Amino acid sequence: MKTKKTSRFFANNSALLIPLIAILLLVIFNLFRDPGFFSVSIAANNNGDPVLQGNLISILNGASELAILSMGMTLVTAASGGQDISVGALAAIAGSVFVKVLKGGGAITGSTVLLAVLACCAVAMLFGAFNGSLVAFFRIQPMIATLILFTCGRSIAYWINGGATPTVTSGIIDGIGSFIPGIPIPTPILIVIFMGILFALLFRFTTLGLYIQAVGINQGAARLNGINAVGMKLLAFVLLGVCCAVAGVIGVSRLSLINHETLLINIEMDAILAVAIGGNSLGGGKFKLIGSILGAYAIQALTTTLYAMKVSSTDVKAYKAVVIIILVVLGSPVVKEAMDRLWKKLRTSHPKDAGKEAA
Amino acid sequence: MRKVIALLLALVLVFALAACGQEAAKPEAKEDTPAGSAEGGLIKVGVINNPPSESGYREANVNDFTSVFTEENGYDAKFFYSIKNDEQLAAARQFITDGVDYLLISAAETTGWDAVLKDAKDAGVRVFLFDRMIDCDKDLFEAAVVSNMALEGETAVNWLLDQKLPEYNVVHIQGAMGSDAQIGRTGALDAQFEAGTMHKVVQQTATWDEGEAKKIVEAVINSGEPFNVIYAENDGMARGAVAALDEAGITHGVDKDVIVMGFDCNKWALRELLAGNWNYDGQCSPFQASVIDQMIKTLEAGGTIEGLNDAKQIISEEKGFDARTITQEDIDTYGLGE
Repeated sequence: MKTKKTSRFFANNSALLIPLIAILLLVIFNLFRDPGFFSVSIAANNNGDPVLQGNLISILNGASELAILSMGMTLVTAASGGQDISVGALAAIAGSVFVKVLKGGGAITGSTVLLAVLACCAVAMLFGAFNGSLVAFFRIQPMIATLILFTCGRSIAYWINGGATPTVTSGIIDGIGSFIPGIPIPTPILIVIFMGILFALLFRFTTLGLYIQAVGINQGAARLNGINAVGMKLLAFVLLGVCCAVAGVIGVSRLSLINHETLLINIEMDAILAVAIGGNSLGGGKFKLIGSILGAYAIQALTTTLYAMKVSSTDVKAYKAVVIIILVVLGSPVVKEAMDRLWKKLRTSHPKDAGKEAA
Repeated sequence: MRKVIALLLALVLVFALAACGQEAAKPEAKEDTPAGSAEGGLIKVGVINNPPSESGYREANVNDFTSVFTEENGYDAKFFYSIKNDEQLAAARQFITDGVDYLLISAAETTGWDAVLKDAKDAGVRVFLFDRMIDCDKDLFEAAVVSNMALEGETAVNWLLDQKLPEYNVVHIQGAMGSDAQIGRTGALDAQFEAGTMHKVVQQTATWDEGEAKKIVEAVINSGEPFNVIYAENDGMARGAVAALDEAGITHGVDKDVIVMGFDCNKWALRELLAGNWNYDGQCSPFQASVIDQMIKTLEAGGTIEGLNDAKQIISEEKGFDARTITQEDIDTYGLGE
């Protein structure tokens, strides 16, 4: 019974193998290097509140923005068969709007923060709709369409607040970006869980996931079946806009500061990579959100490992590239087929299991 | 219907973008103002600079020039901003054709200026360089007011040595590798690491990204290796490092466990100094306008410029602020941004 369940799990989730293997390898490597690497302790921060500490927490916390962006990126990839390279720039715009609203209204209270979050979500959704309409309506390739915002996004972010790096000081902002007093888990981790649940519910109670998948696999067939293909693509970009806004708010809140030039810089490439490592086809169609999220954590785990190993600053990107090459090759169709053949061979040598599977 | 809405939405955004674009172009439009205002013995000056959106440093630099070269100070100044060398070159030619008396240049790139500067010399336009040097014959310009990034790093490291700590365990967070500021600010500290006077706990680049700086410092804290100095090559990264210290319950600032050093002198960073949360902030001075103003006034009065080094440079004075001695007045005078 148990073997049947496992083999089914792998049949349904073979795409998840790559990120899981990646994380497993990094975990083993780190445990070998430093047995205490993943130890988590609880200690007081400078405000006197007890908080969780350790590399594991750093990885989970540090990957938050990437995890959230990779969720939205997965949807866009699935629906449009292309990637949005403007997510970092859009997060910078959203973060700038967030700060602008906060600085505009005197004292920062719960309601002004809520207003600021809503405002930056609205702006990010509008820009998402702009990208989406270029892709869905004008059928421009996603990477080209989003190249526009990629190029000008950080300039737009500059116009919102001016050149300097404005700061906002408020306990509520610290609560979003760091810790809520009394809760030892970093808030960004909680926000990722919240967003994950939100998407899970969306797919559970609507047909959105199925429709996006259908549009990605065959747009014409989907349309003939009464699915609004243009609308689905547009919606995917708008949802990514929301993800950008949330990521931007977290990024700004971590340090209570917006630097339009460096906020989540180069994150678009990591987000695309997370989708790919997560076993999702970059050509669109079937997707697994959880794969991309695992991919995001794998990327952050890799970066944190390199920092812990004190790799020299000039070499860090090269090391990262080597690991990524290995992961991407492992996930390539050729290697996958070879693995499948190996798997079948193993199963035929255990005819009992194979019989069960057939039944 | 939906298609129409989508189209409208796209158009609205396009126009919004276009509107923003025009706004950005405004400073450039200044150069189109009729030259008639140049009457009354005003000195005609053309200023070529990088756009203020480049950085907080550049914004302060641009504000410095627009506040010094005004009509009240006896100037008819035109400004042009671009990060592209060819656009800057075209603007320089235009300024020469317009018959300016002085050309002030902060070039996007160090090469390609010879021909234009020769034209300027032939036309009797006198050239000052500021902030950045140009690779050219030094007869082609009057003087260059520049920063010495290496000096800035040395000033900071000398301050650190003056603290006479029993031992120096330094976490060094670098800017984007290869940038002038990174090379200058790293060099002085590297010399100490090599000499053995300071111990390098970690040296890593965060490419000016404050969030990444926080992650680097978290990794150091988690490794359990002791450190007592954070040397971050700009204010944002120092702020990121401090956030990691705060979360780990490590005290920092004047007479605390860890010394925090930053660069750029943003106003918010200097306020951290004043509150004793940080220890030192160094600055690569963005204020060159008044020095050039003085030199132009000297030339106009028939005098000669003095105090130049062999490369015809005047090195801006590099400031470094100590948390123990900084005052609110320093913040108001030298702080960048708000």
